[in-house]
Amino acid sequence: MIYRLQRWPSASLRFARSRPLGAGGAIIILSMFFAALLADATAPYDPLRNDYTAMFQPPGVAHWFGTDAFGRDVFSRILYGSRTALWVGFSASFFGATLGAFLGVASAYFGGKLDLLIQRLMDIILSFPLIVLALVVVVVLGAGTLNVILAIMVPMIPRCALVVRSSALSLRQMPFVDAARALGFSHRRIIFRHMLPNVLAPYLIMLTAFLGQAILLEASLSFLGFGVAEPTPAWGLMLRGAAVEFAERAPWMAIFPGLAISLSVFAFNLFGDSLRDALDPKLRLL
Amino acid sequence: MRQYILKRLLLMIPTLLGVAVLVFLMLRVVPGDIVEMKYAGTGAFAPKEAIERERAQLGLDRPLWQQFLDWMWGIVRFDFGNSMWTGRSISYEIWIRLELSLELALLATLVAILLSIPLGTLAALKQDTWVDYFVRIFSIAGLAVPSFWLGILIILGFLIFFKWLPPLTFTSFWVDPKANLMQIIWPALAVGYRYSAVATRMTRSAVLEVLREDYIRTARAKGLWERVVLIRHALKNALLPVITVIGLEFAFLIGGLVVTEQVFNLNGIGMLFVESITRRDYTMTQALVLLVSFAFIFTNFIVDLLYAWLDPRIRYQ
Amino acid sequence: MRVAERPRLKIFIAATVLGWLTLGASSPVGIAAEKDKPRSGGELVFAVAEAPPSFDGHRETTFAMLHPVAPHYSTLLRFDPQGYPKIVGDVARSWTVSKDGLTYTFKLRKGVQFHDGSPLTAKDVKATYDKIIFPPEGVASARKASYAVVEKVEATDDETVIFRLRRPSASLLANLASPWNFIYSAEKLGQDPRWYEKNVMGSGPFLFIEYVPGARWVGKKNPNYYVKGRPYLDGYTAIFIKDTAPRVAAIRSGQALIEFRGFNPAARDDITRTLGDKANVQESPWTCNLTVILNGDKKPFDDARVRRALSLGIDRWEASKALSQISLMKYVGGLFRPGSQFATPEAELMKLAGFGKNIEAARKEARRLLKEAGVPDGFSFTLKNRNVKEPYEVTGVFVIDQWRQIGLNVTHMPQEGGPYFNDFRQGNYEAGIDFACDFMDEPDLQLLKFVSLERSPINYTRSRDSVLDDLYDKQSRTTNPKERLKLLRQFEKRVLDEQAYQFHVLWWQRIIPHHAKVKGWKITPNHYVNQDLRDVWLAE
Repeated sequence: MIYRLQRWPSASLRFARSRPLGAGGAIIILSMFFAALLADATAPYDPLRNDYTAMFQPPGVAHWFGTDAFGRDVFSRILYGSRTALWVGFSASFFGATLGAFLGVASAYFGGKLDLLIQRLMDIILSFPLIVLALVVVVVLGAGTLNVILAIMVPMIPRCALVVRSSALSLRQMPFVDAARALGFSHRRIIFRHMLPNVLAPYLIMLTAFLGQAILLEASLSFLGFGVAEPTPAWGLMLRGAAVEFAERAPWMAIFPGLAISLSVFAFNLFGDSLRDALDPKLRLL
Repeated sequence: MRQYILKRLLLMIPTLLGVAVLVFLMLRVVPGDIVEMKYAGTGAFAPKEAIERERAQLGLDRPLWQQFLDWMWGIVRFDFGNSMWTGRSISYEIWIRLELSLELALLATLVAILLSIPLGTLAALKQDTWVDYFVRIFSIAGLAVPSFWLGILIILGFLIFFKWLPPLTFTSFWVDPKANLMQIIWPALAVGYRYSAVATRMTRSAVLEVLREDYIRTARAKGLWERVVLIRHALKNALLPVITVIGLEFAFLIGGLVVTEQVFNLNGIGMLFVESITRRDYTMTQALVLLVSFAFIFTNFIVDLLYAWLDPRIRYQ
Repeated sequence: MRVAERPRLKIFIAATVLGWLTLGASSPVGIAAEKDKPRSGGELVFAVAEAPPSFDGHRETTFAMLHPVAPHYSTLLRFDPQGYPKIVGDVARSWTVSKDGLTYTFKLRKGVQFHDGSPLTAKDVKATYDKIIFPPEGVASARKASYAVVEKVEATDDETVIFRLRRPSASLLANLASPWNFIYSAEKLGQDPRWYEKNVMGSGPFLFIEYVPGARWVGKKNPNYYVKGRPYLDGYTAIFIKDTAPRVAAIRSGQALIEFRGFNPAARDDITRTLGDKANVQESPWTCNLTVILNGDKKPFDDARVRRALSLGIDRWEASKALSQISLMKYVGGLFRPGSQFATPEAELMKLAGFGKNIEAARKEARRLLKEAGVPDGFSFTLKNRNVKEPYEVTGVFVIDQWRQIGLNVTHMPQEGGPYFNDFRQGNYEAGIDFACDFMDEPDLQLLKFVSLERSPINYTRSRDSVLDDLYDKQSRTTNPKERLKLLRQFEKRVLDEQAYQFHVLWWQRIIPHHAKVKGWKITPNHYVNQDLRDVWLAE
């Protein structure tokens, strides 16, 4: 199976050749990561530095993507923005998917009352529209990046739990679980060493799907005024206010952040799609 | 079968109750209450006694369990109470916005279906060709582009190239269909495009799977005209999961289009939602959440019923 | 003889020109000459950013109520629409003030009717002001504190109302001209003092037709209005558009003809570019400002040196140049609106900390003061703000950047309205951006923010300064305008320069770009007065 590290390079090449779209997505994602990591070194300007002599500069030699309403370099802000997007997006989807996976496996494994309770809880959370739930969480917890992460994480948990649960359910029926119990293996050992690795496929798929959703949700929240705060560089935040008001005279302010969001969500979706096709073609309920 | 339906209907009640309790508690945990929000005006005085009086009048000073029971008692009699912000009946406030939200949801769903089924089928037929790639890219783009960005671009496009703006005030379809559609069609397209993404992919994989089935091969071998084969067999079986997905999302189209409504200035349920949350209008938020949850749970139920009815294997589980 | 050889003529011309310039500086600019004759008829459609929380003018403080509702009501006095801040009568046709300044007697017009046909008499005025000044149990009156000086309101006969005061007041007439003081029917108030929160029944130029929440508010011409020939309009519709972009787009596309609060320069340019000469832009300084408040109960903001340093670190003149292009912030001013009769002239203003033009020297001084007070380089604190982009967050970004340049690391915390006010009122903050928006330039009203905490719950800095309290009381009682100005200057110097409890960043600019066919509406320095639309007419 692909969990062995030595097989990753050859597996990746096979993946790239057979699924060029997914590979394209992966490349974009990797560039995002590098941009985020190397932002300090590669960004030409300090993203927080206001320069009132250079407000609304069109894209040019000095500022590749132009400047915004405060004279801040848009290109640098996009680079640092990938940091915020990945930090918020990745934390939220990683913790959301992981927590959801745990709940799903526990629910499937222990069954009975616990299963019913968890299912009801997940149903309740699921019946809120995505953005409304995130909004309520932000309003409850207050402003701040950490709270935004939590707000985006909460709607993700039940979605992952549901998918992982159905996958784990089929595993639960398998004889090897009963055999392991008969042999006296602890619940923990069975869950961690036998069940979790086998739900890795749906888990990874949900994770990549969530990443795209998380970035979009963060952008929407920032746009509404409930997300990350100025002057933090964040793509959704860059689309708020001045970008829209000056959209006709300084379109670059709205175009580049929008493109960045679209491209990254696009990439995550393409990659996730192809990953799913590669790992489990039967899992098409997403 | 009857037992199955009954069981499902009964299961709805604890779920709804859970939603009610959850939203009730969540709102009360939120800092600030509606009286504070009302006085969050333009820097004027907010006399303490007036705030206390208001709170008492809205019943906010009573113990929590009492407020909850009062509210539940009202729900049982289909009385949602009054909005804490305007004082008008909540049913009225929702009613005047429901027509627009429903219409938008229906049109968006129509757009999604009209886009996803032909495109998904096409992509499946021409799998792994550039047509397939194009369709997949096109549909994922719908998911990737932020809806508010798309909305802004649409409005700006109209203003710059046509010097025209869709009407900002709502006229009912029954009063003036043209004015009504001129306003709703653009957000419906933006939203529908977004929702078609998932459905397109599902149609594609469903058609692919069915195309591999034995009976299709037999039909082809018998020499039936390929189009007939396709339409009659593959599509019918592929439709089910697609309708499922579209149906499930429908409930959220009613209350979840918060950003779209803001950008296109639609007086819909989504805006009401955001406003009631920011105003801490407990009664209104609770009512809206219950409504959307109920719609979601109910559509889930209908879809499950459809599945059970169409696929006898599930029925006898 | 030529002008150059007649010194007296030169002086006369110079004086006239100077006079015009000063008049121009203190009054709004850019009104199209109203040479055309008003025409009756037409429907005015205007945009409003928010929905009214209730319909009662006495309890609300937001323009969102005033703009759609004010046309249905009359007030006792009002500000002259063409000559702000001159006060003229509305329902009152004349008034006299006793020699000792303790008795104000108003004579009412005859023939004023409520929309249900009943006559408006002195008892309705008395009932209205009793509700405002002495509200009954359960009734909120937002501006009650402004009338603390009133002891009693009497209606001696059908057309006479008398206000008896405890002591003389320089600001009573202005307060009585408040656009919020709708005259209500004594009968309705007697049945239910809160009736007007959900119902509309006034004596104004327009009748109430309908309100669809979230969508529109419709009014129709009052055929029995007591000013003959008014209103010109057949009716009006206010459409509610929450987001700024569609609101601007509404004006650009002609779906709305005007918006009465104000747009920022970007919107103005978009509108004028689209409409060309079909647009008219009126601009004026605005009686609104943003200030930085510092919590005097928290270290290190209890040290006046630190506060001064924070004010010195802000380059207001640069802000004025830069921010006025992208937001509502524009004018550099102290405690009083630049251009108003109380404003400090620029030369004197520049002597106050933070208002000078040499920012390098100011920053050096700021760093020195911080070091002296023991604040380390890179010191970090939070700035609480409202989560409204324009101009609050814009100002927050600017101020944080300025403080970065004197070695301070500030975290921006935008919040929703309720928690924002609550945190300020309870002293749960370190630094914050506060705002003030008043319906008139009147020190009694505007200086309340700076008086000691015990007297003024809106003094969020929690300062307790008896010198300021003293000065406030003195200026409130003087009737000599020159003496009053002197006291106000002292007040300003203590607040902004010596103590820097809270200091202004900038005052706002009010920009109203609208369709040129909307006539008869003249911009005033605030968005509250003169919204009854009686003089507005539509050209062809």
